Amino acid sequence: MNADSPTDQTARRDWMSALAKADPARLAALMPELPALEPLRPPEIGAVMVRGRVGATGAPFNLGEMTVTRCSVRLADGTVGHGYVQGRDQAHAMRAAALDALMQTDQAERLQTTVLDVLVAEADVARVQRAEKAAATKVDFFTMVRGEDA
Amino acid sequence: MYVAVKGGERAIDNAHAWLAEERRGDPGVAELGVAQIREQLALAVNRVMAEGSLFDPDLAALAIKQARGDLIEAVFLIRAYRTTLPRLGASNPVDTGAMAVDRRVSATFKDLPGGQILGPTFDYTHRLLDFKLAAEAAVPEAATAPALAGPVPHVTGFLNRDGLIEGAERSDATPPDLTREPMELPADRALRLQAITRGDEGFVLSMAYSTQRGYGRTHAFVGELRIGRVAVEMDIPELGFAIEIGEVELTECETVNQFKGSKTEPPQFTRGYGLVFGQSERKAIAMSLVDRALRWKELGEDDTGAPAQDEEFVLMHCDNIQATGFLEHIKLPHYVDFQSELELVRRLRAEAMAVQEAAE
Amino acid sequence: MTGIALGGGFSHPPEQAARAFRAVLEAVSRPGTIWTVEGAVPPAPLTVAAGTVLLTLADGTAPVHLAGDADCQPVRDWITFHIGAPLVGAEGAMFAVGRWQDLLPLGRFHPGDPDYPDRAATLIVLMNDLTNAGARLTGPGIKDAARLSLPEIAAFQRNAVQFPLGLDFIFTAGDRVAALPRSTKVEGAACM
Repeated sequence: MNADSPTDQTARRDWMSALAKADPARLAALMPELPALEPLRPPEIGAVMVRGRVGATGAPFNLGEMTVTRCSVRLADGTVGHGYVQGRDQAHAMRAAALDALMQTDQAERLQTTVLDVLVAEADVARVQRAEKAAATKVDFFTMVRGEDA
Repeated sequence: MYVAVKGGERAIDNAHAWLAEERRGDPGVAELGVAQIREQLALAVNRVMAEGSLFDPDLAALAIKQARGDLIEAVFLIRAYRTTLPRLGASNPVDTGAMAVDRRVSATFKDLPGGQILGPTFDYTHRLLDFKLAAEAAVPEAATAPALAGPVPHVTGFLNRDGLIEGAERSDATPPDLTREPMELPADRALRLQAITRGDEGFVLSMAYSTQRGYGRTHAFVGELRIGRVAVEMDIPELGFAIEIGEVELTECETVNQFKGSKTEPPQFTRGYGLVFGQSERKAIAMSLVDRALRWKELGEDDTGAPAQDEEFVLMHCDNIQATGFLEHIKLPHYVDFQSELELVRRLRAEAMAVQEAAE
Repeated sequence: MTGIALGGGFSHPPEQAARAFRAVLEAVSRPGTIWTVEGAVPPAPLTVAAGTVLLTLADGTAPVHLAGDADCQPVRDWITFHIGAPLVGAEGAMFAVGRWQDLLPLGRFHPGDPDYPDRAATLIVLMNDLTNAGARLTGPGIKDAARLSLPEIAAFQRNAVQFPLGLDFIFTAGDRVAALPRSTKVEGAACM
């Protein structure tokens, strides 16, 4: 595994996070073919307990669970990839794990441009669109001028 | 006491078949899709996720369809499903300060950094039925304005700086989990919040309302209410670092309560906290009021005997699945119990009549 | 984490876990009976049976204690990856794995609480062999008597006295598994 240095770790965290939140159909469209791989841990649907903090900043408490599917694969060259994705789509988890493995190979640059950058850009657009609608509902208070006798 | 009775299989099969037919309704009317429920009945979906204690909009929508719109039945389906899932781990506590807010209002500060953002609220609608919705019509696009830069800070942070409000002491203690260990009382605040956030919205609302009407009076202002999306991050053991595993929509409410001080605490504002899956504003506000009422002991306040101050009363009765399970089980066969009751009543009657006759 | 530790999990978790669970259930319900399980290929010194039982029963909320040479990096990595169980000392363990001598003394393990006897630890014992010979077992789930090649007698007798508290044992050798719940009465000579 070659993602041990801090910068590699940050990069890997970023791509795994992007894959976790990606729309499964969109990811499949961007990356239709899976490489030859051996499943180390077949896709498994499970739950993760989501925690919050008391008063937003205090002690942790258990808020409730969310569905997560995970998968681990090994490529023919021995590279291991892990996928943790939101929801219950097993193909999504498998594809995320395969991509995580491929991102540690010489295909990284190509996949960064053709898959990951696209996913991140589309997520940004969706987020900004929502933020713009929220901004339009921001209240601009103004004080009414009291009518004095002129 | 229960006795195994056989013979109902055919009746049960036929009842299920009829249920399926009734669920579908008039086949001349288009069938409702799960995606339609998810998109167009989103607040029902949110409620089922919050009380089912599982964030998965598609599953909640399916449960609503299967339950014919009975939300408690849908919550029951979700609770049953979640027990089949292996627990892959627990997330790091979500950072609601980094929330991408759709809505954020404060009743205590008019001009606060980030501003009052109304979001897609019912608040200023006139609650008049809109008959236009009865017909299909295109929805005009919502207005936009340049997006605000950066995350919106928490309101309580401002009061905190002046020492006017109690702090929320940060810790990284592993919280108790009532889905893994039976709830034991007294419960700490973390356990109480877990119970209330998955509690029945109606029950929590009524408890909160009772505190406003004077039963365990705690005069609360909504310091801040925010709705939006936060990333969920989890440590992955095989990687040795944390990644984002998804995103959830949350409603957070922080109430600020007047507090004259007690034997143990100086006069300052105290806080109640609510955090709920989805856009669930009523529930989040109610949760923060009930949370605050239950804190009387740690703040050195008087126990006025109000229901909302009674931890056992609130926590043991707020779960609608436990409640409905126990309530509805009494409609199942109790033939033998009732037979013995019948015999008892007959005997008592006979004795009473014998006494009466003897007296006459 | 090395690549080796990442192999050897269930290839079809739902079916394999269900079959293994059934086998363990039978073994515990009928103490002394020997069953075979399959699915896991854990690193040494874990047996196939010990690995399969762990994959089936343990998870991220069930702390595991590794005793003696079972406490090695490959086993630690394998459990972390496939099960996610926290690895802990004997006192906090819900499951413990090791050879008999390494698991002693048994007093270190949690025998359950009077309110929750189910919170007792379960010990998964790595054995070289497992046969229906040796110690005489009687009690719930046993018609007349059964025999099992237990590593000793006295420790199990002391354990049974604590009932309803007490530890439960799962013995594994290769792909074979047998069990001794705390409710079983143990007598007779130990068998090597």
